[in-house]
Amino acid sequence: MTQHSKTPFYLATLLLIAAGLLLAVLRHVQMGVPWLPGEQQPVWLVEARIDFQAWGDPVSVNLNIPDQPPGFYTLTEQAASPGYGYAITEHQGNRRAEWSIREASGPQTLYFKTRLIPDQYASEPLLAPGPVKPAEVFLEEPDATAAQALLEQAKARSSDASSLTRELIALLNSSTPDQNTRLLLGNAAPATTLYQLLNFAGIPARIADGLQLEDARRQQSLQPWLQIYDGDRWLTFNPRTGTQGVPADVLLWRQAVGSLLDVTGGSNSVVRFSMLRQTVPALQIVRAEANERAFGALSLYQLPVEQQGMFRMLLLLPFGALVVCLMRILVGIKTSGTFMPVLIAVAFVQTSLLPGLAAFISVVTLGLLMRGYLSSLNLLLVSRISALIILVLFITAGISIIGYQMGFSTGMTVTFFPMVILAWTIERMSILWEEEGAHEVLIQGAGSLTVAVLAYLVMRAPLAEHISFNFPELHLVVLGIILLLGQYTGYKLTELRRFAPMKRYQ
Amino acid sequence: MFDWIRPRDLNQLGMLSMNKRNIDYIARYNDRRAYPLVDNKLKTKLVVEEYEVASPKLLQVVSEQHQIGRFRERVANLDGFAIKPAKGSGGKGILVITGREGDSFIKPSGSKVSLEEIERHLSNILAGLYSLGGSPDVAVIEDLVRCDPRLARYSHEGVPDIRIVVFKGYPVMAMLRLATHASDGKANLHQGAVGVGLNLANGQALNAVQFDRPLEQHPDNGLNLADIRIDNWHYLLNMASRCYEATGLGYMGVDLVVDEQYGPLLLELNARPGLAIQIANGQGLLPRLKAVEALKRAHLTPEERVHWAMVQAGAENIPAPQRTTPVLEPAFQAC
Repeated sequence: MTQHSKTPFYLATLLLIAAGLLLAVLRHVQMGVPWLPGEQQPVWLVEARIDFQAWGDPVSVNLNIPDQPPGFYTLTEQAASPGYGYAITEHQGNRRAEWSIREASGPQTLYFKTRLIPDQYASEPLLAPGPVKPAEVFLEEPDATAAQALLEQAKARSSDASSLTRELIALLNSSTPDQNTRLLLGNAAPATTLYQLLNFAGIPARIADGLQLEDARRQQSLQPWLQIYDGDRWLTFNPRTGTQGVPADVLLWRQAVGSLLDVTGGSNSVVRFSMLRQTVPALQIVRAEANERAFGALSLYQLPVEQQGMFRMLLLLPFGALVVCLMRILVGIKTSGTFMPVLIAVAFVQTSLLPGLAAFISVVTLGLLMRGYLSSLNLLLVSRISALIILVLFITAGISIIGYQMGFSTGMTVTFFPMVILAWTIERMSILWEEEGAHEVLIQGAGSLTVAVLAYLVMRAPLAEHISFNFPELHLVVLGIILLLGQYTGYKLTELRRFAPMKRYQ
Repeated sequence: MFDWIRPRDLNQLGMLSMNKRNIDYIARYNDRRAYPLVDNKLKTKLVVEEYEVASPKLLQVVSEQHQIGRFRERVANLDGFAIKPAKGSGGKGILVITGREGDSFIKPSGSKVSLEEIERHLSNILAGLYSLGGSPDVAVIEDLVRCDPRLARYSHEGVPDIRIVVFKGYPVMAMLRLATHASDGKANLHQGAVGVGLNLANGQALNAVQFDRPLEQHPDNGLNLADIRIDNWHYLLNMASRCYEATGLGYMGVDLVVDEQYGPLLLELNARPGLAIQIANGQGLLPRLKAVEALKRAHLTPEERVHWAMVQAGAENIPAPQRTTPVLEPAFQAC
């Protein structure tokens, strides 16, 4: 036979393992699927409460709501508003929740709730097409001159839009403001002044409303944040400190141009925010997100729940196969039938271990006794196996009924064992008994059960269950390991004992 | 009970492990297409015949259920025969009849078998009970091998056979397998037969093991195993080596018996010979296999290979075979 170089094989195997790991890491990073089962992830529950006095006329309320705020991923949004019609509208990047009612009078309260998860990889909102132009700002004298002077001063110390912004913020927040600054700040709040100055200087700027997230806070209001456009995206600055970027605990509620709240048919409207930090299983979030993310298409959460349950079971099989490989190649345990232990282990998963073991041993023992009689009938092999399958069915039915009558519902679980596999196991054991004696039957039976129990323990481990279903690509790694095991030419553990008599020839 | 040997020591002894045998020898040197040849005793018989390797005389082949009835007429005039499943492995399903007593047949152990039981055995064989993977099979009925009494006295109730591992046509290791009471007359080591390592150079016994433990005397008849020396050793090795040409299998076990009338006969070939032969010899296979692999130019005839192998094993004063060198003649004669 031809002998191929092993290098391509090892390369391909390593590639397989690397691909599996890479995909898993990617899934972890992209979708936030946790490595460990039961991992919790914080979720911010933010509630906007709108209060106003209705005049008894038709009322329409609309509130700007977060649209892909940086650093967060929106999990759910819902409104609570008795009697009001509710809809979410989007117009030129301006997402608004709209409530309307034919007639309302007296104090009214509307709620808007959103659940957000911190997500540093959240995608940036899409920009409206077309160039972003600075808003037109007209300053009257002497403000215009003061602004001009202030801008000159800041421009001298900066190189681009963002450094200019930082410089302006520093000037406006200076503890010893000069007269120009004092003049400008006398008319408007610092954030508004900055907005005017920047647009005046030809830099597109806007004011966003940010919410400081703190656990269990109520009656919070929004704070202004400054955003400038640097040519391809909006950069956010804290107008109070000059730091660039949105802190992790700040939610930008409103980023678009436009008012936060519009109420027609009412007055004294006010919007207040309260928030709560919850923790939910990270997986629950992943499942909710899976539909929307690109990588989600590659996950099993898309399948109907019933199929998911089936895959949960099937995806454990590679681990069982790995255990069998390890046991047979590295340890050298003899089993009856190569993968019979895995199938038994799968049955154990459904029956749980001890009842499963008891049921399996009793079925096989009874089957062996009956097979003894069958062998004296001089039957052809096919009909003997077929007869055995029917007998196994009778035995399982008998065990179930007797178990149930005696009050052990665990007896019923025996039906989870694959009948045909049981029949073949009995047949093989029986032939083994006739040819090699009871000793060999015990060795192979015990070997099969040991491997089955080990495979069961591995498949039952919460980590294995979690990993196999949520990171299906890790099965590439299992495949790689199995391929590598197939190249193992060293001694098996049992051979170290088998060849022990060789000691005296050293 | 907890007796272990370190992997390093095993390496030093050159012990071939099962994984290494499977990957580096069986998978590499045995062409899958040749497997049916050795896994089917009937095919083996026919193919080795062309290479002048004798095997027990074929009496009958039962390939269909309805032919079992004819078997009854055929056995009427037979005293001793062996029924074998053509695709059986590891000696499974072999029924040996050494004589008759009235209507019943006598097994080597002395117990009696009725004709009905034999027929049931035949039908089991046809259904594939003993074949690899349970595929339908045929039953081969062969003449009974009557072992050379000089060798037979060492065995209890069964025919002793000689296993020779042949690698790329070179005999690399040999052992004699003696049936015992524990092995129920079968020459299968893991069933309790005694394995006696044989010196490749002269067919002299090296040491003996049963159940992987060393012993000096046969457990049943107390004969000194070290006295064993196989006659006609050179001929046996040649026979084994010729099986390489017949099957093309690079790594195989050749099982031979010595019949008192017909001389050495081939019992069966094995494409996956076991590893116990190393314990019986007290030596690992690896150094010998590597020596063969290291040969720059393989020997072309069985005689040359056997000569090389015997010399490697330390044989002296053996007649050198005629070296066959292809005659190189210039294609053009200069005018």
